[in-house]
Amino acid sequence: MAFISPALLLLLGMSVFPLLWALYLSFTDYSATRATGTDFVGFDNYTTILTSSEVHTRALTTLVYVVGAVLLQTVLGFSIAYLISRRTRGRGALTTLFLVPMMLSPVVVGLFWKFMLDAQFGVINSMLGSLGFGQVEWLTRQRTALFSLIVVDTWQWTPFIMLIALAGLTAVPAYLYEAASIDRASEWFRFRHITLPMVWPLLLIAVMFRAIEAFRLFDLVYILTSGGPGVSTETLSFHVYKVAFLGFNTGTASAYGILMVLVVIVLAQLYLRYLNKLKEG
Amino acid sequence: MAIAIDEAVPGPVTDDAPSTRRRGGGARRVIEVVLLVVLAVAMLFPVLWMLETSIKENRDVYAVPAKFFNFDFTLDHFKDVFVGADGGRSDLSVSFLNSVIVAGASTVLATVLGVPAAWAYSRFTLKAKKDQLFFILSTRFMPPVVVVIPIFLMYRELGLIDSKLGLILIYAAFNVPFTIWMMKGFVDEVPSEYEDAAMLDGYTRLQAFWKFTLPLLVPGIAATAVFALIFSWNEFVFAIFLTSSQEVRTAPPAIAGLIGGTTVDWGLVAASAVVFAIPVLVFAFLVRKHLVAGVTLGAVRR
Repeated sequence: MAFISPALLLLLGMSVFPLLWALYLSFTDYSATRATGTDFVGFDNYTTILTSSEVHTRALTTLVYVVGAVLLQTVLGFSIAYLISRRTRGRGALTTLFLVPMMLSPVVVGLFWKFMLDAQFGVINSMLGSLGFGQVEWLTRQRTALFSLIVVDTWQWTPFIMLIALAGLTAVPAYLYEAASIDRASEWFRFRHITLPMVWPLLLIAVMFRAIEAFRLFDLVYILTSGGPGVSTETLSFHVYKVAFLGFNTGTASAYGILMVLVVIVLAQLYLRYLNKLKEG
Repeated sequence: MAIAIDEAVPGPVTDDAPSTRRRGGGARRVIEVVLLVVLAVAMLFPVLWMLETSIKENRDVYAVPAKFFNFDFTLDHFKDVFVGADGGRSDLSVSFLNSVIVAGASTVLATVLGVPAAWAYSRFTLKAKKDQLFFILSTRFMPPVVVVIPIFLMYRELGLIDSKLGLILIYAAFNVPFTIWMMKGFVDEVPSEYEDAAMLDGYTRLQAFWKFTLPLLVPGIAATAVFALIFSWNEFVFAIFLTSSQEVRTAPPAIAGLIGGTTVDWGLVAASAVVFAIPVLVFAFLVRKHLVAGVTLGAVRR
């Protein structure tokens, strides 16, 4: 097709071909800084990655991060959407205000939270101080660093869930509520049996979308903590970067990347299938 | 139809309960409003703090405890964003200009490639159309850190490392899936009968598209392009790995580079972040009607 092929060619050249190249490299011991001597090593890179305890640690960190952040923003985002949907006035303005964090670049968000969470002159510690609490080293302590990362991601992406949940709440036909109030159904009953089932499919879309994004996350980690302190906030994405660009083990990093891509493909397939089912149903 | 924010809320869920329940309802409403206000303040505080820091004198920026009011006002940080220490153009202003060029060119490229493809996917019966569309969207989900490894090697061979063209190409590839999905939704809304009628009048399919469908698509194209522009403008991972020189670097890595040294000029960071964020917020406000579709890469529309 003359109309489709230019776009597909660009995608083939910039997405498919690089991935195939990475697939090829993942079976070699290639290093981007070494000029000669690239040998096939079979599945060695894959076994190295899959059996490495370092990678297991990163996978756990990523899991905690993804589950923590997505859960928090889903609860918060849905709550805000629900509260907004119950207001009669000022809803448009409120929604617009709530959406601001989502539109900002992760760079801006990361930098700004780094400043606010600074142990010495950060405004968060300053406010805690005036309430009588001691200083917290948000980004430089093992315990709090991952938590801070989750908080920042939640701050930025709660509006996303809110926006989609709000769209779902719109779709609930008013007559259902009218019928329920004729039956004198309780508020909780209305929420549990009308609102939630109607909004749930769309909310699930948003949650899956966010999970994929959180799994890929790199920029916030890079700016806020650089994986530290120690390796406590190193996600899989960040670890791949270290292996590839600081260790220059390009072959290993490619295998690592391919494994991550496989995870993303599975998640994306689930997402797209569910979306498709929803559109047809 | 895409959902507008103003419409994206159900009709008021009025409490039709008899008047005995009114008082409980009133207290509940107060609680809800208070909750909303608290949440809104929490969400907006970082943005306001960034704005405030960008107009504070340096000694107030680092004040402990933090000064919320009564700080000395200055516009020096904003001057520093654009004017270099030697009085000429600052490095940051060069990277802002680079961002404009890269984001603009990649958006144009993605739009030119994506719109005809979206039209074709909407109008023609193609083999495995659904699979093709899903494949296209799934390329957008690839982790950038992973994609950047082979892209880096490929660009090194082609001499595209540290060039604006390299960034433009990768951003266009990154935006094409979005453009196709988003535009397909808009094309679906234009009845294909318009084109059929034009073809009965002797126009070719292409002429019919050009003369009758395209003009109706202009608002949709504009909204889609604005989202593509925002994505490219905000992008950081490819920018930091594929460019290194001051002349090519876009704004996100340049701003992130401000915290590299031992001391950080947070006033300057805040001012450049504000300058960087304002166009995005303005554009986002312009396309607020299409936000739901835009932020889900065109996948969710109702």
